[in-house]
Amino acid sequence: MFDLTGKNALVTGASGGIGGAIAEALHGAGATVALSGTREAPLRELADRLGERAHVVPANLSDAEAVVALPKAAAEAMGSVDILVNNAGITRDNLFMRMSDEEWAQVLEVNLTSVFRLSRSVLRGMMKARWGRIVNITSVVGTTGNPGQGNYAAAKAGLVGMSKSLAYEVASRGITVNCVAPGFIETAMTDKLNEDQKGKILTQIPAGAMGTPGDIAAAVTYLASPDAGYVTGATLHVNGGMAMV
Amino acid sequence: MSDIADRVKKIVVEHLGVDEDKVVETASFIDDLGADSLDTVELVMAFEEEFGIEIPDDAAETIQTVGDAVTFIKGAV
Repeated sequence: MFDLTGKNALVTGASGGIGGAIAEALHGAGATVALSGTREAPLRELADRLGERAHVVPANLSDAEAVVALPKAAAEAMGSVDILVNNAGITRDNLFMRMSDEEWAQVLEVNLTSVFRLSRSVLRGMMKARWGRIVNITSVVGTTGNPGQGNYAAAKAGLVGMSKSLAYEVASRGITVNCVAPGFIETAMTDKLNEDQKGKILTQIPAGAMGTPGDIAAAVTYLASPDAGYVTGATLHVNGGMAMV
Repeated sequence: MSDIADRVKKIVVEHLGVDEDKVVETASFIDDLGADSLDTVELVMAFEEEFGIEIPDDAAETIQTVGDAVTFIKGAV
């Protein structure tokens, strides 16, 4: 449906459920993809499955030096980075009153600061090319809040403000910056929930089911495509109606 | 040395789409040549590439006019 032939996309967190689906969808639309993540084996497995036009560029985004090196490695492998999908994220859930400075800092570092650094780094090439797409994966909890996730929700809400500010700055250069905010999606992250928790969540979702990684990947593919050139600074909520914002 | 000034002017003319005769040494990128702040970032990127140099952010901030750019680049190449 959307054609990404000739575009080079870097996807972080590609070893996870949502990131893997995003990489697969972009690749399926014709893009060359660079798969990043902390665990090399699942990245390699995905790259092998995708076949041509797939590169593996492992990186630990809690390591500032690795964050600097990643866009360079991706550009070396593919020739450029036209599309950056900041999907990598971690959780360190805890009640606010019990949350340690470290739990706070780790989540902000990976989920917000690394996105700032990666985006800043790829902008140079996008500015010259007069074309670029940055898609940040946020979360419904960045809008609604969620008990136990003060750090995570702060980082995700932070991404929205950051994306809008950057969108202003680079809109005239053919670069768009948008967010996709998943609701509850079937992944390893939500597998940790017990049946009781899941049941409660489902009562909050008008669609009556959790989303799939493919639902998120479809939204990302749209925003990454030339067809979405007039959409910038937006957040596309993909949550089955759970929060209509 | 005038070669550097010519190359700088050419980049400015191409990037900002202004008349060549307006690109004089004293011309300010923002006040006289209609550049916005992002244009000045792009000009610095273009100078870096053309001359194979690194222009650090604090130096880039001091480059306000065409003459500033020529002077800095002459010192850096």
